[in-house]
Amino acid sequence: MRRFSWVNLLLLFAVLLLVVMPLAFGLGSGEEPFSGADALAEQAIVDDHPDYQPWFSPIYEPPSAELESGLFALQAALGAGLLGYYFGVARTRQRQRDAAGWQRG
Amino acid sequence: MHIAEGYLPPEQAAAWFVVSAPFVVHGSRALVRQIRTDPDSKLLLGAAGAFTFALSALKIPSVTGSSSHPTGTGLGAVLFRPPVMSVLGSIVLLFQALLLAHGGLSTLGANIFSMAIVGPWVAYGSYTMVRRAGGGLGPAVFAAAALGSLATYGVTVAQLALAFPDPASGIAGALAKFGGIFAVTQIPLAISEGLLTVLVVRLLSRTSRDDLRRLGLLRPAAEVRA
Repeated sequence: MRRFSWVNLLLLFAVLLLVVMPLAFGLGSGEEPFSGADALAEQAIVDDHPDYQPWFSPIYEPPSAELESGLFALQAALGAGLLGYYFGVARTRQRQRDAAGWQRG
Repeated sequence: MHIAEGYLPPEQAAAWFVVSAPFVVHGSRALVRQIRTDPDSKLLLGAAGAFTFALSALKIPSVTGSSSHPTGTGLGAVLFRPPVMSVLGSIVLLFQALLLAHGGLSTLGANIFSMAIVGPWVAYGSYTMVRRAGGGLGPAVFAAAALGSLATYGVTVAQLALAFPDPASGIAGALAKFGGIFAVTQIPLAISEGLLTVLVVRLLSRTSRDDLRRLGLLRPAAEVRA
């Protein structure tokens, strides 16, 4: 493999390591380990300001945690799908350009 | 960094809308101009939006024992400048507020300010500074994505501290409290985000050399390696 691919793999591996490390070392804390920071902040507000009433509530809320995670998965899939499509198109285009330049060259 | 629906006092929620609106309006104009003057970059624009869309959906565990998500705004900010990114980021936040009950419509102004405005500007500023100092494309993109992500969460901390000062220690105490929840959690995530963005730019430097040259990331000819 060429250096380009090696560095890319190394980058991916480093990201994986960063993600897995907290799990592997069991750093999860609290009642629900690895709960979302957004939810923790909300909880902190509720704890310190018991008289604060949220004055607006979500228009639509996914009925269950399962459906919510499904929608998050959909969001990630749409994003990753489009990104993959882009790379497919761009790669082919670049190859055709290179081939055309080669013939002319 | 999503402040939940209804969790900012009405005046402050409104104030953040007022602050964010000009950036998004100016950004929309910049976006239209970008598409008109450089139609070839449309697909790459979509890819930059897709990157934010995908990354901001991923909750990732962190060393603090909680989890949070990257923002993915650094890539678009470096490629297309922050104004364009402010529009793409706002679209992502709107989607999450409407369909996922994540963030909210009332707090949209505040969330746009942190993720779609300050994050991209800090990312772009970091990128420019590293490049001017003679840094390569890779280090500059890493600094952009990582610092942009951290800045976004820093703004969220400040917004929450302003809205909910600690009963005993005031705004300073609240800064420390919300900072503990968000900032430290975000450090490993910001590094991950930086590395991922560098990976994407490296791939782009192979598949989309012409686009990157036109957008000024690569110098005309030569300098292919990220």
